[in-house]
Amino acid sequence: MEIKVLGPGCPKCQQTEKVVKEAVAESGVAANIEKVTDVMKIAGYGVFGTPAVVVDGEVKSVGKIPSKADVVSWLKK
Amino acid sequence: MKERNKLLLIVGVFIAAYYVPWTHPVIRQSGLEAFLMLQEYAREHVLTCLIPAFFIAGAIAVFVSQGSVLKYFGAQANKILSYSVASVSGTILAVCSCTVLPLFAGIYTRGAGIGPATAFLYSGPAINVLAITLTAKILGWQLGLARAVGAVVFAIVTGLLMALIFRRDDAARTTGQIYVPDEGVKERTLLQDALYIGTMVLILIFAAFAKPAPGSTGLWPAIFATKWYITVALLVVLAFMVKAWFTGDERKSWIEATWGFMKQIFPLLAGGVLVAGFMLGRPGHPALIPEQWIASLLGGNSFQANFIAALAGALMYFATLTEVPILQGLLGSGMGQGPALALLLAGPALSLPNMLVIGSVLGLKKTATFCGIIVVMSTIAGMLYGACFA
Repeated sequence: MEIKVLGPGCPKCQQTEKVVKEAVAESGVAANIEKVTDVMKIAGYGVFGTPAVVVDGEVKSVGKIPSKADVVSWLKK
Repeated sequence: MKERNKLLLIVGVFIAAYYVPWTHPVIRQSGLEAFLMLQEYAREHVLTCLIPAFFIAGAIAVFVSQGSVLKYFGAQANKILSYSVASVSGTILAVCSCTVLPLFAGIYTRGAGIGPATAFLYSGPAINVLAITLTAKILGWQLGLARAVGAVVFAIVTGLLMALIFRRDDAARTTGQIYVPDEGVKERTLLQDALYIGTMVLILIFAAFAKPAPGSTGLWPAIFATKWYITVALLVVLAFMVKAWFTGDERKSWIEATWGFMKQIFPLLAGGVLVAGFMLGRPGHPALIPEQWIASLLGGNSFQANFIAALAGALMYFATLTEVPILQGLLGSGMGQGPALALLLAGPALSLPNMLVIGSVLGLKKTATFCGIIVVMSTIAGMLYGACFA
């Protein structure tokens, strides 16, 4: 699984990365987590607003810190 | 922070501690000014102005839906609407430039194009609630109002100019799916949200109500005499609204957002006040930089003074809100009103690090044009304002 956390490094983006990492560790899914900080790459996903989370190329959340339960549910599909 | 930078920082502090002639009278005076200015901020501005403004910014961040605003930046959006929304949306969407830049890149590459994107890029950091409130409170309402109006007008004009100059290559836009933040479930009516934020704005206005000039009569002293009664009454009204209209979770996220802003901004502002106090002193009190230097460079309302102020503002990096104490020091040392506005209009939206990121999105030519437009317009606006109010 490929998980990308999009955000230029604001506190909310770091929080999001932490939540995603915890969710992955708890669910035991094998996943690559990558932090994307380049604004052009972020724009390439078409997201208006950060932090955003992309799972296997699909945009899952935009402009907010997702809850851990949400992230776990994205991992199961 | 990288380990190497930490080392450099420690070495820098050490060298300053070692070599600065702390016993020299000018340095002593400057150090004292730094803390006297910090005390002035703590006594005069924190409780009545900054704290209410933080709560308002927190409420806007949590309860005003970003999704509803961002709709207007899509590729199919009406152009007039996207320019108007771009020019005022800074109040709603952004407090620091770290949220502005990715949004700007998104609007530029996937959405409404270079005009609205640059309008948004300018207005985002320039007209947030905190910045305008603090400017009006400390530097006078005329400058606060001129800053707010100037920022909105500048955003629209800059956007239109950019769209006009670069109208050819706007066609190379990639269209594709865009994702905006969820609108969320609405628990209240729009009227309730407006009343709630409006009450906080009124609290801010009355709590920070300036003391009237001695001997003046009429409404102004009457309001000043009763301002604490009005403020307390408004606080009671606000408490009822918060209790009746909001769920526990919403109250919690409101407090969290407010706390987030405080954590982010207070240390920067305190640092900015100390530096401004050390370099420039409080109004009427000299510090490290001689007043005649500033008066000769930035005094009066000449083209040169306005241009230098605009250019310095464009290059310098101001952490959120620190432009206010720095300007206070400069004005106290003899800077003219016109150059002050020029610096305020060019300052927060542009800085060297910011230009590098904009450059990576827009390319060198467009970035240079964008910065040039802002410096020229800031100079003109400063001269106009200086001519009217000096």
